[in-house]
Amino acid sequence: MASTAVADRPASTKIATQTGDLVARWVAFIFAALVLLIVVVLVFELWQGSQPSRAKFGWGFLTSSAWNPVTEEFGALPFIYGTVITSFVALLISIPLGVGAAVFLSEMAPAGLSNALTFMVELLAAFPSVIYGLLAFLTLVPLMRSYVEPFLKRTLGFLPFFRGPAFGVGYLTASLVLAIMTFPFIISVSRESLLAVPREQREAALALGATKWETTWHIVVPYAKLGIYGSIFLGLARALGETMAVTMVIGNAPEIHASLLSPGYSIASVIANEFAEAATGVRIASLIELGLVLFCLTIIINGIARLLIIATTSKGSKRP
Amino acid sequence: MKSFSWAVCVAVGLGATAAQAQKINAAGATFPAPIYQKWFGEYHTLHSGVEINYQGVGSGAGVNQLTGGTVDFAASDFPLTDEQISKLKVKALHFPTVMGAVVLTYNIPNVSTELKLSSDVVADIYLGKITKWSDARITKDNPGVKFPNDDIVVIRRTDGSGTTFVFTDFLSKVSPEWKMKVGNSASVSWPGQTLGGNGNAGVTGLVKQTPDSIGYVELGYARQNKLPYATIKNASGNWVKPTLDSVTAAAAGAANTMPADFRVSITNEKGKDAYPISTFTYMLIPAQLADAAKLKATKGFLQWMLTDGQKDCASLDYAPLPKEVVAKEMKQLALIK
Repeated sequence: MASTAVADRPASTKIATQTGDLVARWVAFIFAALVLLIVVVLVFELWQGSQPSRAKFGWGFLTSSAWNPVTEEFGALPFIYGTVITSFVALLISIPLGVGAAVFLSEMAPAGLSNALTFMVELLAAFPSVIYGLLAFLTLVPLMRSYVEPFLKRTLGFLPFFRGPAFGVGYLTASLVLAIMTFPFIISVSRESLLAVPREQREAALALGATKWETTWHIVVPYAKLGIYGSIFLGLARALGETMAVTMVIGNAPEIHASLLSPGYSIASVIANEFAEAATGVRIASLIELGLVLFCLTIIINGIARLLIIATTSKGSKRP
Repeated sequence: MKSFSWAVCVAVGLGATAAQAQKINAAGATFPAPIYQKWFGEYHTLHSGVEINYQGVGSGAGVNQLTGGTVDFAASDFPLTDEQISKLKVKALHFPTVMGAVVLTYNIPNVSTELKLSSDVVADIYLGKITKWSDARITKDNPGVKFPNDDIVVIRRTDGSGTTFVFTDFLSKVSPEWKMKVGNSASVSWPGQTLGGNGNAGVTGLVKQTPDSIGYVELGYARQNKLPYATIKNASGNWVKPTLDSVTAAAAGAANTMPADFRVSITNEKGKDAYPISTFTYMLIPAQLADAAKLKATKGFLQWMLTDGQKDCASLDYAPLPKEVVAKEMKQLALIK
């Protein structure tokens, strides 16, 4: 009797664990499936909602620059252009700044300073975007109009990117705000991944006679490369979808200009600005289709970036 | 005695609330939202049995909600089109509630005198045909003012809005070229180089920040923020400063020729004192209300709004309705059944 009881106990415990595992497994599965479900529902809704617009404009929607609510002709090109160009210029500014700051914080700064600064950087990342927009509108825009843009026109005016009247609002100012907004993400995630590089890697490099700079640049940064790329994705995602801060400083003109000083428009901004008052079917559908375009644009840009990573990581040093 | 009647009021009020607080939901235009909130609040203190809940979601969204049947009535800055009316399940009556106007605000360095603009000049500035402040057509109307020889920065609303609707309606009336090229809507495709601001605040911010700029905002907003605004030459050839009185005068001038359903534009109205960029804002009330209690509450409120409610207008910088229009609306009130 006694022996069977002893033998039974582990068996029953085993069953209990199995049921627990099973429940946990299913709960976790449902959570994971929920993510997929949300994406599917999102795409379905965007697809359904944009039906009148897709039927009316077809693929021409993507290449048309018309945005005329009176005649009900709509095209996405100026918005796609504005979104891509501002995000691109923003990253151009924020990647070197962000990665540089992360290297300083993780490799060079004294621990106390590094922690204090990191805390502030994380604070910046948590700031609501409308506050960035407001600050930019009140401080950055006059600065750009009175000093930065006239200076760019004087010195780099021979390039097509720095021509035309300086309004203070436009692609360049929007890019700068986006750069300021993406930069905390890049710093904070890059710093984490730089700190995760094993101590042995640095010691080995130093032992081989590498200088501090050589160690950082040739060993630590390449090792943390994936994490740094990840931080750039986060920044890019924020830049592509940013709405309020951009709409306050981009000028909101559905036009395409080569000059970065000109006013433009972005996809997220036009949806936010026009949706509430859009009364007619085609107009609402066009705004929803813009949402679909933004969704696809995000996928395409992320895809390209991912391919770029695969290409560079297979060539360069692979993460062990 | 006084305290006694108060106690009765409160007791009756509480009884009514407990028994049958009639809730009415409405949504729509943001421009009249401040006075609507005040009215609904005030009316609720007078008649605690009626509770009207208003969401300022925008005219277009309000009309959509009325079409979808999710609100009891809607509010819009512009009358419904025939197409919109055909989509409604129950016919809606237009009740003008208060009046608003659009003013042109500007920022011209070293010019502090009040600007005078004739209608065709406003249209040509927005068409991009007058590009400099020193243009002869501007200086001619403003003798003695020294204008800079700088490009005009044209600023407009970027979000769809009743303000834009009224402004482009005015431009379409005074400029055939505007009517043909651009047209009249809550948002339009702007000709020429313009900057867009979101809301009255966005436009004001851009104008304040950009030297040599001009933009249009709603009168009440301009008054509350003490912005400079232009005097406009009206259809009778008079220079009219936008004031609450000159806005009411525009509607009074139109009252006799107004169609019975109030779907009318009163921009560019003739009259000695009529400010030309004036407008009504409307409540869209279903003509049939199946629920008897709701019917009574709605009619009671409208009656009050057209009489006592109008006294609140000036304190919130809205122009009150002229008595000719109120009289017509009182007749329409009987049509709600």
